[in-house]
Parts: sequence; C-alpha cells; structure tokens
Amino acid sequence: MFDFGLFAALLVLGYSCGRIAERRHYQSIRKRESELADLPAIATKFPPRAGLYQQQLVCGSVVIGSDYFKSFMAGLVNLFGGRVRAFESLLDRGRRESLLRLKEQAGTVGASMVINVKYETSSIAAGVTTIEVLAYGTALTPLGDSTVQQVLPD
Amino acid sequence: MIITNLEYLPGMTITAHLGLVQGSSVRSKHAGRDFMAGIKSIFGGELLGYTELLHESREEAVERLTLQAQSIGADAVLNVRFSTSGIAAGAAEIFVYGSAVSVSADGV
Repeated sequence: MFDFGLFAALLVLGYSCGRIAERRHYQSIRKRESELADLPAIATKFPPRAGLYQQQLVCGSVVIGSDYFKSFMAGLVNLFGGRVRAFESLLDRGRRESLLRLKEQAGTVGASMVINVKYETSSIAAGVTTIEVLAYGTALTPLGDSTVQQVLPD
Repeated sequence: MIITNLEYLPGMTITAHLGLVQGSSVRSKHAGRDFMAGIKSIFGGELLGYTELLHESREEAVERLTLQAQSIGADAVLNVRFSTSGIAAGAAEIFVYGSAVSVSADGV
C-alpha cells in the first residue's frame, strides 16, 4: 500500500512540476527566440553574401532530463508502440534551447550570422532519460576589405 | 589558430593539408551531482551540473585539438566536428576532430 502511495505521489509530483517547468521553459524559449530573430543561424556552408568575414566556432549545449510522469508514460507507450509525445517535447526544448545558447554566444562576439549549424544529440546514461543537445556552427562577423591583414593566422 | 566547422576559409587559400587532428576528454561528476540528477529526474528540467560538465570537457577537448594542431605547425583546423558518447553512468566522452591545414591570405 505504501509502495503504491509513493508511486502515485511521484507521478503527481512529476506531472505537476514537469508541466510547470515545461511551460516556463517554452515561455522563455519563445521570448528569447523573438529577441534573437535578427541573428540568423543557417545550415548552409557558404554565407548568403560573399565577402570577408571574421569567423569563430560557437556552440551551445543543454542537458535536459525527463520527469517521472513522462518516463512512466513513455514506458507505457513502449508496450504498444507509437508516438512518444512526452519525449518529443523534451527533444524539441533541447534543440531550441541549444540553438538559443549558440546564438547568445554568437551575439557576444558581435557576429551577424551563424552558418553551417549542426546538431548533435546524445543520451547520457544517468539511469533515466537524460538528453544532451549540442548545436555548433561558425559565427561570421563582416569585415571591411581594409582589415584583410587582421584575419591572417598567427 | 582558427578553429572552424567550415570546409574553407573565406579570403584565404589552403596551401597544405596536414592531416586529421583530434582531441578528446572523458569526465564525470562526483556522486553528489549524480544523486541530485537522480532527484531531478522526478521533477524534470535542465540538469545544470551535467550541462556544465559537458561544456568543460568540450572546452578541454578543443584545447587538446588546438595543441595537436599547433605541434604540427598548422594555421587552422577546418571542418571540425563534435561527437559525444556516454561510456558509463554519469561519465561522458567528448571527441572533437578536424583537418589541420596551412593557409595563406588571398592577394597578399
């Protein structure tokens, strides 16, 4: 009886805390996405306009864990097969958050765009579903032609 | 030293390929962190300890990549890629690799 009570309590706790955390996170993601909308991050290898740029490797990463309720639901869906919605939102949050962190880093170095963006996802074994999402790319800062000497390597 | 994930360098010409360079780092957090991550798995949300851990090891891996590139006299490392694998509970390996090249600026 105690076991079942504990299980139910964990489910309720996981559901409520997980939902609040997820809603807050999405709010913050949407807010920052609109703030950083003028700093494009694209997947092409070449900049849209040819020119001289100062470049720097930038990355953003985040580790997000699932909550008890989501893990339970995923286990349930696993029996029958099908869409695991609980984890879809987890991965979506991870991807968007890591791209935002990448853009934030690009913003601090004064870049005007990030090109060749790649994602890397891995699940780090910590007993439960814990995912790490890394986004990395090349931040480009436009340079005038007169500054060509400065981009020479040491 | 230029570290980039592009396959070319804008405004520069590659004069020599010096081969693949790599850097890796395996790290884990102390048991306290793992315990806290376990607690966090009830509530969900970001695991700051692990974000920090992977960020640190990535920096270290890039540093090692840079050192190796410097030791063979490269000017830049192109087409850099990251890869992560969880090798044990609470430990992760970060691997970073790329092509070391010598470059010269166009028209100089």
